[in-house]
Amino acid sequence: MSINVPAKDWFKAPSGFERVWIGLALMWCLVMFLAMPYWHFRGKQNSTGEAYTVSPTDFARRVQREIDTRKVGEESGVPIVEPPPGGDAYLQARMWQYWPILKLKQNQTYRLHISSTDLQHGFSLQPMNMNFQILPGYDHVLTITPTSAGTFPIICNEFCGIGHHAMTGRIIVE
Amino acid sequence: MGEAAATLPIPATPETGLLEGNHAKDAVRVCETTGLSVCLNAQLFIRLNAVMAVVCLLIGGVAAILVALTRWPAVHLLPAEWFYRVLTAHGLNMLIFWIIFMEIAILYFAGTVPLKSRLASKPLAWISFVLMVAGAAVVNAMIWMGRADVLMTSYAPIQADPLFYLGVILFAVGALLGVINYFATVYIAKRDKTYAGSMPLVTFGATCAAIIAVAALLHGAAIYVPTFLWSIGVIDHIDPAFYRSVWWGLGHMSQQINVCAMVSIWYLIGTLTVGSKPLNQAVCRGAFVLYVLFINLASAHHLLVDPGVSAGWKIWNTSYAMYLAVLASMIHGFTVPASIEVALRRKGFKGLFGWLAGAPWKNPAFSGMVLSVVIFGFIGGITGVTLGTEQINILAHNTLRIPGHFHATVVGGTSLAFMALAYYVVPLIFQREYVAKSLVRLQPYMFGIGIIMVSLGLSFAGSYGVPRRHWDVEFTGATLSAGFDPSIHILLGIMGIGAILAFTGLLTFILTTVITVFFGRSNAGKPMEAW
Repeated sequence: MSINVPAKDWFKAPSGFERVWIGLALMWCLVMFLAMPYWHFRGKQNSTGEAYTVSPTDFARRVQREIDTRKVGEESGVPIVEPPPGGDAYLQARMWQYWPILKLKQNQTYRLHISSTDLQHGFSLQPMNMNFQILPGYDHVLTITPTSAGTFPIICNEFCGIGHHAMTGRIIVE
Repeated sequence: MGEAAATLPIPATPETGLLEGNHAKDAVRVCETTGLSVCLNAQLFIRLNAVMAVVCLLIGGVAAILVALTRWPAVHLLPAEWFYRVLTAHGLNMLIFWIIFMEIAILYFAGTVPLKSRLASKPLAWISFVLMVAGAAVVNAMIWMGRADVLMTSYAPIQADPLFYLGVILFAVGALLGVINYFATVYIAKRDKTYAGSMPLVTFGATCAAIIAVAALLHGAAIYVPTFLWSIGVIDHIDPAFYRSVWWGLGHMSQQINVCAMVSIWYLIGTLTVGSKPLNQAVCRGAFVLYVLFINLASAHHLLVDPGVSAGWKIWNTSYAMYLAVLASMIHGFTVPASIEVALRRKGFKGLFGWLAGAPWKNPAFSGMVLSVVIFGFIGGITGVTLGTEQINILAHNTLRIPGHFHATVVGGTSLAFMALAYYVVPLIFQREYVAKSLVRLQPYMFGIGIIMVSLGLSFAGSYGVPRRHWDVEFTGATLSAGFDPSIHILLGIMGIGAILAFTGLLTFILTTVITVFFGRSNAGKPMEAW
């Protein structure tokens, strides 16, 4: 009984079906344990976690400099910036907008710097549904290579106040 | 001679027929159903904590249906401001207050009744209870007054009223004192030799829950104290990455308290309803120890797509140790049903499934426990392991797949197990027969099926990218438009209908239990009636 003191000799090895089950479960755990690091290196889908400390003011200034020098258009009042292929792209998350719109070239690799200048935000690229956490004070660097052309909405998926649901952005790939 | 006998001290064996225990003469009663001795002080605090748990469950439940009816786009009930406010209330009342009040009640039970011991300290139990009630009241006041629209995680630098953090701290200190009282009870039971040998399995599981609770509550102090100081201006900066990593030391570990408590309840109900015995105590106990050693590291999977922590750290913490905690759940998922099968076969039920047909399905304690095992194991376990994988987490982080997972573990698993426990324990501890028994028999199915629909609806909508904690899937008012595959409307509709069903089940549980406690037919002096 689970509410009574067990027999004195309770400490014994499992047997029968119980032993088989534990063996199977343990083997499955080992497979999972090896699969995750293996696929990190083999699958090349994961961020290396590259990040730097940055002050929100410095990051906002850097984004503004990109807009001043590389702006190629505007949509609904949001500037469109075309970063150099193979170079660095900057995206600012703030209440309640992703700023600016980035225009990238297909099959080119970019270092995408994302940071917040106020609260925590969630970078969620649709419709492929890729999600990253964005923190103020941290420059989160994602090395990305867009493989398909189109217009991809960015939404915010970390609560950032009353206007959170209207926080969107855009990446255009040509 | 007669006079000499009269002056003898009160015999160690009270006249109630007890042979063991360290109870004072008038501080104990014998349960007429189970024959167990019940410490009256423990009984008082089990009742008090259970009542507060149900009060918080009701607040959290009303918040739940409001949240669900807002996330169902066809209804979209609340305005944005109230949605986030009610969501904050839902998270704290359900995940923290309902569950921890209930767990303190369970600890007071597990430390006294199976060990035949008295509760270590009545004053400490009072202080613990008062602090927890005060904390829960202050937090609720702040939320409903609109001064803490920060959601359960209150990720800095978003800031609430200082009283909000203070309320959480009060509650946590109260809970910690309750846990200390539990350890003191286990200590005096050992000292007074109220039992010989190893402690019973249920108490062992509860002890594991209590150890994890200490670690979780210390993490809570480590993050809420600085955050409180920051909110009153003593500290000028809280690093958001630091906040997240320490907060999840509390946030994730506190869910493992639930797991330990829930698994202990599975074993307890198995014993109480069908007389099951753990097949191999070493296996069951070893699995509990795996939770204590490894589950805390699983909190790293909340940070799988965060900046500031390296890929190596993420992989190490989520692959190596988390799977050993998963192994523990896989073991319990085998041993609990297996011990029930063995017990039923011993009663003479035969055939591949004959024992299942012979199980006491009419007893809501039993059916609730079985549904809890199934929902926790199959839906909660599979989604949890999936989401905790580095590769898949990119697709799932902060989407509805996350609440889809933890509604299966915490609601379909833990909350349903607690309800099942209530169906067995309320008639014993309050000594009253349940009212509306035919309705109560249906309740676990109502609640369980509702939660399965909620969980699956959320999970599949999340796989289309729908974020959690988000008021409007149409992005009304956004400068740049966004949207999702139209099929999410069906999935969120399934979630909404499931939520209505589960909420009906929740109200059924609360109403029947409250009416039973106050107006149920007394069964004092005789065994509880069969379901």
